[in-house]
Amino acid sequence: MNVKTVNSPPLAQAQRSDVPPAETQIRILYYMKLTRELEDRIERKLYRQGKVLGGVYVGRGQEAIAVGSCIDLRTDDVVCPSHRDMGAYLIKGMDLRTILAQYMGRKTGPTKGKDANLHMGSLSHNLIAFISMLGDSVPVAAGIGLSFKMRGQDRVVICPFGDGATSRGDWHEGVNMASVFKCPVVYLCNNNQYAYSTPLERQMAVENVADRASAYGIPGEIVDGNDVLAVWAASRRAIERARAGDGPTLIECKTFRMTGHSAHDKADYVPSELFELWEERCPILRLERDLVKSGIMTASAIEEMQRQIIADIDEAVRIAEQDPYPEPEDCLRGVYEE
Amino acid sequence: MAVTTYVEAIRQGIWEEMERDENVFVIGEDVGIYGGAFKVTDGMLEKFGELRVVDTPISESGIVGAAIGAALMGMRPVAEMQFADFISCGFDQITNFAAKCRYRWGAPVPIVIRGPSGGGVHGGPFHSQNPEMYFVHTPGLKVVCPSTAYDAKGLIKSAIRDNDPVLYFEHKFLYRRIKEELPSGDYTVPIGKAIIRREGADISVITYGAMVYIAMDAAKELEKEGIGLEVLDLRSLVPYDREAVLETAKKTSKVILLHEDTRIGGFAGELAALISEEAFEYLDGPIRRITAPDTPVPYSPPLEEFFLPKVSDVIRVARELYAY
Repeated sequence: MNVKTVNSPPLAQAQRSDVPPAETQIRILYYMKLTRELEDRIERKLYRQGKVLGGVYVGRGQEAIAVGSCIDLRTDDVVCPSHRDMGAYLIKGMDLRTILAQYMGRKTGPTKGKDANLHMGSLSHNLIAFISMLGDSVPVAAGIGLSFKMRGQDRVVICPFGDGATSRGDWHEGVNMASVFKCPVVYLCNNNQYAYSTPLERQMAVENVADRASAYGIPGEIVDGNDVLAVWAASRRAIERARAGDGPTLIECKTFRMTGHSAHDKADYVPSELFELWEERCPILRLERDLVKSGIMTASAIEEMQRQIIADIDEAVRIAEQDPYPEPEDCLRGVYEE
Repeated sequence: MAVTTYVEAIRQGIWEEMERDENVFVIGEDVGIYGGAFKVTDGMLEKFGELRVVDTPISESGIVGAAIGAALMGMRPVAEMQFADFISCGFDQITNFAAKCRYRWGAPVPIVIRGPSGGGVHGGPFHSQNPEMYFVHTPGLKVVCPSTAYDAKGLIKSAIRDNDPVLYFEHKFLYRRIKEELPSGDYTVPIGKAIIRREGADISVITYGAMVYIAMDAAKELEKEGIGLEVLDLRSLVPYDREAVLETAKKTSKVILLHEDTRIGGFAGELAALISEEAFEYLDGPIRRITAPDTPVPYSPPLEEFFLPKVSDVIRVARELYAY
């Protein structure tokens, strides 16, 4: 049995012995910035303009988790993203216009208007659509991993979820099953310390989500979820372990939800000093500082990247806004194979 | 041609599908080394190995979830709920994940979930239920309830080959009580097609599962009185054979709806509504329901006997309706 529970403090200085190549670091910055700008556009503009209806859930301040974990995945690896994992969709190659069409309920989105937000998937991108019942993807990921074992494939699946999801029975059943079968799964917890209004201490009596790994006989690792290079390094280890046939790992990324649960939630139950504290820990600004300091990027190159991202989003919004809505009768289609 | 029991027919159907398609596998509690609580998967571990005959922890939600994940990757899992009653533990994965994938994002989930259902075996409240209606009411799922060995084999094959999630409720009372000669070659029974088990001119009994035999026994008795029962076995509840239901209702003009499931929200309600909407002018009497009462399934023999619809119930209601 290989049990390793790391009880390091949440914001310990990351070990920098294992860092990605400069080119990967630039890609990481790009996808984090793209995530931030895209979600800002959706939540702060399109939603307020009434162009995105219903609820909107973003991952502001938590971009490092999806991006750091998924950046090195192979095309045939699978992700079961959660509702704050926009970066996974972008890295897996879903284009901006398609994503925006999804948010605006257009026929050109992956769900053709049938579902909203990041409740979308694409088998051709190896992205599995999230559902609102938190933790339901956890046993599904176990089954995806099981199918890789059955077929002798060395693919892996990354399954992110929030701290709140770990309270659900499905989470337990899924992690247990994946552990028993040594499925090639990376279980990745976005511990942003709040599940809607419920703080962590009302969610669990253990200090760390990763502590739970010992109950399944798998390694649990805690990383600073706002340090994308730490997320990258931990994910790399877990992915290698999974690919080698040694089974799942539980990675806990300590971070903070810099928004309410959704766009309508002002989060006044969160002490404001926590927002201020975590604002300083912004994962994007941190990486930008590191990249400039290490000479990998110049400040002007970062500005140019930002300009390009905004131009790309502008263009995608322009197209998506002209995309058609589904026909009302499309309601009836696609329940069964046709 | 060999005489085959209902339970053996299911086993043969799965076995042959596993031989035909390497993507087919079974997953569930005690399905491997033990061969399944009812021996439906007996011998499969030895034949197909532990990668295709997967013994799991006690985790119905995990079993269904894992089956969904594997299916999304192109596998064709046959998941066993040890008793259909336990399907409640996997309800969320079935109704929210499996049922809605195709509609939401076009992803097929070709899973089969088998559940030994039904009473008459003194199983008590948690080993006797007929949970089909939870799933009948969930768009995106198909539901089948075979009543014969021939259908058990043909429908499990159709279910495995179907590209949508199929719930396969096998009636445990029938497992070893009925047998028939089955064709030696490959055959399927289409999902959604009912079958007339007995022709009759006076009253239609529309039913499924083990209640088919109650209807048939009642028909034999009533024949002596000159009352002709027509027995329609639905075989599938979703989709169900609307044409066959309407045809028999129009033919006899008097309809009894019979099921072992409880009354409120039972399938009889749907059938009664369909017949009222589409064949009202053909009716010569009220549509009558014979169902279990709205109670849990009780254990003690006098209680369980009271609970289950009986031949005498069908005879009584048929006589009333005949005289109407």
